[in-house]
Amino acid sequence: MEIFLTYLKVFAVGGAVCAIGQLLINKTKMTSARVLVTFLLAGALLEAVGLFRYIEDFGKAGITIPITGFGKTLAAGAIEGAKQGLYQACTGGLAAVAAGFTAAIAFGFVIALISKSKPKST
Amino acid sequence: MKKGRQTYLVDKKVYIAYTATIAGVDEGKGRLRDFFDYVIDESEFGCKSHEKAEIKLRKHAIESLLKNAGKNPADVDAILGGDLLNQLVPSGFSAREFDVPFCGLYSACATFGQSLATGAALLCCGAQNVVCCTSSHFATAERQYRFPLELGTQPPPTAQWTVTGVGCALLTTERQKFKCPKVTAFTLGKVIDMGLDDPNNMGAAMAPAAYDTISAHLRERGVGADYYDLIVTGDLGKLGRELLCSMLEQECGAVKDRVNDCGCMIFKDRQKCGLGGSGAGCSSLVFCSYLYKTMKEGGLKRILFVPTGAMLSKDSSLQGESIPAIAHAVAIEI
Amino acid sequence: MDKKEYGELVKQTSPKTKEGKTLFLAFAIGGLICMIGQAFADLLTAVIPSFDEKQIGALTGVVMIFLGSLLTGLGVYDKIGYYAGAGSVLPITGFANSIVSPAIEYNKEGIVFGLMAKMFSIAGPVIVSGVSASVAIGAVYYIIGLFR
Repeated sequence: MEIFLTYLKVFAVGGAVCAIGQLLINKTKMTSARVLVTFLLAGALLEAVGLFRYIEDFGKAGITIPITGFGKTLAAGAIEGAKQGLYQACTGGLAAVAAGFTAAIAFGFVIALISKSKPKST
Repeated sequence: MKKGRQTYLVDKKVYIAYTATIAGVDEGKGRLRDFFDYVIDESEFGCKSHEKAEIKLRKHAIESLLKNAGKNPADVDAILGGDLLNQLVPSGFSAREFDVPFCGLYSACATFGQSLATGAALLCCGAQNVVCCTSSHFATAERQYRFPLELGTQPPPTAQWTVTGVGCALLTTERQKFKCPKVTAFTLGKVIDMGLDDPNNMGAAMAPAAYDTISAHLRERGVGADYYDLIVTGDLGKLGRELLCSMLEQECGAVKDRVNDCGCMIFKDRQKCGLGGSGAGCSSLVFCSYLYKTMKEGGLKRILFVPTGAMLSKDSSLQGESIPAIAHAVAIEI
Repeated sequence: MDKKEYGELVKQTSPKTKEGKTLFLAFAIGGLICMIGQAFADLLTAVIPSFDEKQIGALTGVVMIFLGSLLTGLGVYDKIGYYAGAGSVLPITGFANSIVSPAIEYNKEGIVFGLMAKMFSIAGPVIVSGVSASVAIGAVYYIIGLFR
C-alpha cells in the first residue's frame, strides 16, 4: 500500500512540474530550450535556499527526474564543495553531475552515429 | 505594358504550355493526389540527405517537363526558380545538370509568382521558352527554420506544414495546338510588415501582403474581384485565408467563395498539417497540377494566382525582428 | 487597417491552444516518465545495495538518459513530444532528446563539424546556465562560510 502511495506522489509531483512547464509554453510561446533552462535554474535555486529537500522527500523522482533534479545536483555539489574551499566550490557542481553529463555525451554520440532521422508525416 | 504603380500587362501571348509535378509522400496522400504526375515513396528519394533529395526532385521534374514538351535543354532560354534554403542550394545545384542559363529568384514561398512574372517579362524581351520551377522539402525547411526532426516539440495551433514537392512550368511564345492557359498580367508585390513577430503564425503575417497585392492588381488593372473565377493565394492556410477574406470584403463585397488558398487545398482535414501547407513548393505544386489541369479542362477560365511569402530567417526572429511578407499576383487566363 | 488593429484582429481570430488537453497530456505523460524513473531507482537500490542515495540518483539519471537517447534514435521521442509537450521536454529524457536530435540531424555534415559540433546546439544553454549557476551558488556559500 505504501509503495502505491509513493508512486502516486511521484506521479502527482512529476505531472505537476510538467504541467507548470506546459502552462509556461502555452502562455509565453517559450521554446523547449528556454523551458529547460528555466526549470534547471529553478531547481538550482530551490536547492540553494534549502527548499528542494522538502519537495524531494515528498515527491522523490517526481522532482528529481525532471531537469529540476539536474539543477539540484549542480547546486548541491557546489554547496558541498564550498565547505572545503573556493576551488571545490567552483568545481563541485560539474563534478556532481559528471555521471549524467558523461552519459548524455557518450550515449548521444554512439546513438547519433548509428541512427538516421526517420521520415516524419502529417 | 506597365499600368499603374505595380501592374504589368503582358503584350505578347505567353502560354503556359506544359507543367510537371513531383509530390512528397504526404502530399500524395492528400486531396490532390490524382493530379500529381509523380509521387515519391520515401522522403529522401534514394539520396543520402534531404537536401540532396530536393536537388534530385527538381532535376527529375525539369527533365520530365522537357520530355513532355519534346524540348531539348538547348531549346530553353532560361531556367528561373528558387526554393527556401540558404543560397538557393537546391535550385542552383539542380541547374548545374542542364546546359541552360539559370536565374535564381527568392521571394520565400512567393517565388513561383516571381518566377512566372519574370518569365513572362523575359518572353516579352524575345526569349522563346522559359522554365519556371520552385520547390520545398519538409525536412530541409524544418532544419533550417525550426528544429532537428527528432526533437520532441509540440507544434503551436497556428503552425503550418511545409510541403514537399516540386512544380515546374514551361512558358513559351510558340503557338500551341491545344488551348493553353496564358499569363496575361502580373503585379509585383511590395514587402508588407504589419508588425507580427510569431514565426509560428505565418498565415497571419502574410495575409496583409496578399491583400495589398490583390487590391493593387484589381485597382490598377481596372477589374473587379468577380472578373476572376478564382483568386488563389499560395500558403496562407486557414487563418490567413480568413484574415484575407475579411480584409477584401471591406473593399469588394463578399468574396469568400471566390478566394481559396493552395495551402488549404493540398492536405486532407485529417492529416496533421496544422492550418495547412506552406513552402515555395506548395503554390507551384498545386498550380502545376490541380489548377493548371482544371483550367485546361475548362473548369476555370480566369484565375488570379497570388503566391505569398514570409521573408524571415531563424536569426531575424531571434534578433527580435517582425516578419515582412510579400505576395506577387499573376493573372492566368485561357 | 493599422498595425495595432491588425494585431488585435489576429489575436482574436487565431486558434487558441487547447489548454485543458495540453495540460492534461503534459501532466499524465510527465508523471508517467517520473514514475518510470522512480521504478528504476527502486530497482537499482535493490540490486546494488552498496550504493548510497546520491549514487543511485546519478545512476537512475544515466538509465533515463539512455532511454531518452534510444527512443530519439529510434524516431519515437518526437512522436511522444507531439502529444506530451512539456511532459516529455522537462524530464531528463527530454534533455537527452535535445542532445541526440541535433546530433542525428547534422550527422550528414560529418562527424566532427556535424555531429560533434552541433550536439549542444539546443542543450548548450542548459549546460552553460547550469554550470554558471552552480559556480555562483558555490561562491556565495563559500563567502557565507568565511563569516561563520
